[in-house]
Amino acid sequence: MTKLGRRDFVNYLLGFGSISALAAIAYPIGRFLVPPPIREAEPNSLKVGTLDDFPVNSSKIIRFGRTPVILIRDGEENMRALTATCTHLDCIVQFSSERQQIICACHNGVYDLTGKNISGPPPKPLSEFSVKVIDKEIIISQNRA
Amino acid sequence: MSSFFDSKVFNWLDERLDLAPVKELVNHKKVPVHHHTVWYYMGGVTLFLFLIQVFSGILLLMYYRPGENSAYESLQFITSKVYFGWLIRNVHAWSANLMVFFAFIHMFSVFFTRAYKKPRELTWVTGFLLLVLAMGFGFSGYLLPWNELAFFATKVGTDIAGVVPFIGEKIKIILRGGDDVTGATLSRFFGIHVAILPAITTIILGIHLLFVLRQGMSEPEVFEELPEKKKKYIHFFPDFVLRDALLWLNVLIVVLALAVFFPWDLGLKADPLASAPVGIRPEWYFMFMFQSLKFLPPHILFFEGETLGVLFFGAVGALWMLIPFVKFRKEAVSNAKILTYFGLGSLIFILGMTIFGYLV
Amino acid sequence: MKKTYQTHFNELRVTVVSIILLPFCLAAQDKGAKSSDSNTINTCVECHETLEMMPEGYSAGDIHQKSGISCSGCHGGDPTNYDKDESMSKKAGYIGLPKRQDIPAFCGRCHSHIDFMRTFRPRIATDQVDQYYQSVHGKKLAQGDKNVAECASCHSSHAIMPADDPRSTTHALNIPKTCKQCHSNGKLMDQYGIPHDQYDKYAASVHGKALLEKKDTGVATCNDCHGNHAATPPDAESVSNICGTCHLNNMNLFKSSQMAADFDIHSCQECHGNHDIQKPTDQMLNTASNEEAICLECHTAGDEGASTANTMYQDIQGVDSLYALAKTKLTASKTSGMNFSEIDYQIQQTRQNLIQMRTLIHSFDTSQVNAKSVEGIKIAREAIHLADLEIQEYHNRRWGFGVSVIALVILALAVYLKIRERNELVKNSR
Repeated sequence: MTKLGRRDFVNYLLGFGSISALAAIAYPIGRFLVPPPIREAEPNSLKVGTLDDFPVNSSKIIRFGRTPVILIRDGEENMRALTATCTHLDCIVQFSSERQQIICACHNGVYDLTGKNISGPPPKPLSEFSVKVIDKEIIISQNRA
Repeated sequence: MSSFFDSKVFNWLDERLDLAPVKELVNHKKVPVHHHTVWYYMGGVTLFLFLIQVFSGILLLMYYRPGENSAYESLQFITSKVYFGWLIRNVHAWSANLMVFFAFIHMFSVFFTRAYKKPRELTWVTGFLLLVLAMGFGFSGYLLPWNELAFFATKVGTDIAGVVPFIGEKIKIILRGGDDVTGATLSRFFGIHVAILPAITTIILGIHLLFVLRQGMSEPEVFEELPEKKKKYIHFFPDFVLRDALLWLNVLIVVLALAVFFPWDLGLKADPLASAPVGIRPEWYFMFMFQSLKFLPPHILFFEGETLGVLFFGAVGALWMLIPFVKFRKEAVSNAKILTYFGLGSLIFILGMTIFGYLV
Repeated sequence: MKKTYQTHFNELRVTVVSIILLPFCLAAQDKGAKSSDSNTINTCVECHETLEMMPEGYSAGDIHQKSGISCSGCHGGDPTNYDKDESMSKKAGYIGLPKRQDIPAFCGRCHSHIDFMRTFRPRIATDQVDQYYQSVHGKKLAQGDKNVAECASCHSSHAIMPADDPRSTTHALNIPKTCKQCHSNGKLMDQYGIPHDQYDKYAASVHGKALLEKKDTGVATCNDCHGNHAATPPDAESVSNICGTCHLNNMNLFKSSQMAADFDIHSCQECHGNHDIQKPTDQMLNTASNEEAICLECHTAGDEGASTANTMYQDIQGVDSLYALAKTKLTASKTSGMNFSEIDYQIQQTRQNLIQMRTLIHSFDTSQVNAKSVEGIKIAREAIHLADLEIQEYHNRRWGFGVSVIALVILALAVYLKIRERNELVKNSR
């Protein structure tokens, strides 16, 4: 290789290297700037539907982040949301509309509608989420002091 | 470079802005070559890492949402949902640590080669201020993920500020935005981290770099004493810059590798009512202060041990900043000796306390 | 219930003793009130302490002691008199040590009187003595058996505390030990021809482990199945009701199943045992390849029942194996620092599904179990898919890193060559 050829080679390599390095840096940044299609992992609040989706005296297990939440409509205006995992051995609880209580079928644990453990093995109450109804739309959110 | 100075663009600019000084600087700025040349690169690496911080920080701002109920969640979102979010966050975290690390190396190398001497006293002072600012960045940025560890480290850190006599309590309340570390503290730290500190840093860094360019590289005494013929130099452009670039590229690879292979845990969300977890530690560059404060007895004479410790660090810090002006002895040689011992002592103290802090 | 001669006798006995002792009881209340008001002397304790003759196991935490009913409240006598002949005389109402057979009445002179008991605890029950005489212990005691448990056997004599106090011998965590005192005594139990391995069996059972090791007070212990004061072994008919107090769904499904209707099987213990109930495993249903499958105790391999069991077993296994796979993948994505909250949620759902299937088998209806199985497999597959994506992403990151490093290294190499070229240039120019 002649001296001149070698110099050209170094210059070409410098150019090629600069462009590829720039690309290697620019690509992640470009991707980063495009917002991902999925909403946030651990939401603060969640729209779960409209009042019409929930008949009075019905309940539904919904997902709030990675926690299952039991949403109960126990009256025309009354909506409640509580963690749905039983504090005894993590079974999913259910709403008993006749008894107006929350029961866990695994070991017959019973909670009242505020989530207080009132009978059976559960050692702790279910924690509560706050529920707001705005224009018939139900929004639940983390209950934080 | 010479080809650029012949270009039309340069001429166009030159006609309007008179770029002769730039041309002069580029063509004639030289860097001495000797045994200690390697230390010349440390400031540059610190600068490069600072630039990474600026860019990755701006990117994080696109998704980060300060607030008690959103900070941690938004970070979770960044690291798990945003494309390359994990990379940007980890680059920001790793580069921050490396930046402080190289800033320390830069400072001690300048100290031991006595590069702070006349005429570079103010460069040293601004450099020291930049280190303090870097630590401020670290301290305020640590809280932003709003996780358990950060929460308690901030609690402890601001408590330490509270022991300063007379004004300590006020400083603590101002820092915290209230009596305790709360969401208000997070807002404040966010503001400090992304607005106040960057503004101050830009100014001081600008001055620091201007001084360096204006004064050129400091030549160590050994080099200065060499006969003029034996003094070797390389051109700043392009030789030194090329070497800088090579090192920066390697540093970038290291930062990327750390970000990919040693990602930072997000930890648990901060819970102000929870009891402090075991093993709360400040970031490593605060460790030596944290550890020495722990060693102090609760009372020394009539003072509280901790108060005395904080005042001591304040005094030593001030002395350190004013090193170029300090004269322990009349004769320059013995003064230099004392300063070297002082520096060595500080270095050993910092290293020892840091290592001890991690061992205990 | 038809009253036997025995119960009539017992009632009479209690009534008579109570009437005789009631004045003491009220006097005790009186004195109790007095002594707690003004730190008046209690000569019983003073003398018995100096003589080191305090009763064994005496605790100051005893509920009677704390309510101001001191020694004399039960034993009679005059606690203000230092003369032991006078204070412990019949005249001072001294009873001393009751005979074993009289202990229920001794306690009952207060505990069977609601008006008196109410002054301490408004909601307390006062039927313990009545209930006691319904129990095997009570019946035997009435017949003159001196071995059987009376009040103090379980409640202790001088460290009696309410059952919710963890120090109490009747606290849920302590009940097995309390019953064990007699029921693990081989010599004693042999006299009645009953086994004495219940405690050991219980301690090794799923309930026993939960209670004794995990301290889960919600779990069934001796008295939850056998009753407290009216302790009797439950008969076959009532067992499923007893188990059903906690295992509600299992009971309801079983009761409405063909198994319960067609065959004369009523009790849970036929499959699950009693004191040594183990955590049930799917293998109990595996009639195809497990010779120990519980169903094979009545069914023979290949018959209709055995194949029903096997179908349910296969359905559960289908979900369970995917559940296990999903969990290992979850751990893999967790340890490699990837996002796992979605996967975790799906795995929780799969677990619920398994619990439901394992409950539904008590219906012995394969279609119900199968429907759940289909659902569970779908959720578990989703979890596995998500985990695979995360693990894939983990590798992608390393690949991405590799590619970008190559780009950076090329540039670094070019810069390095440029430096060398410049160095040569400088050398040549000299």
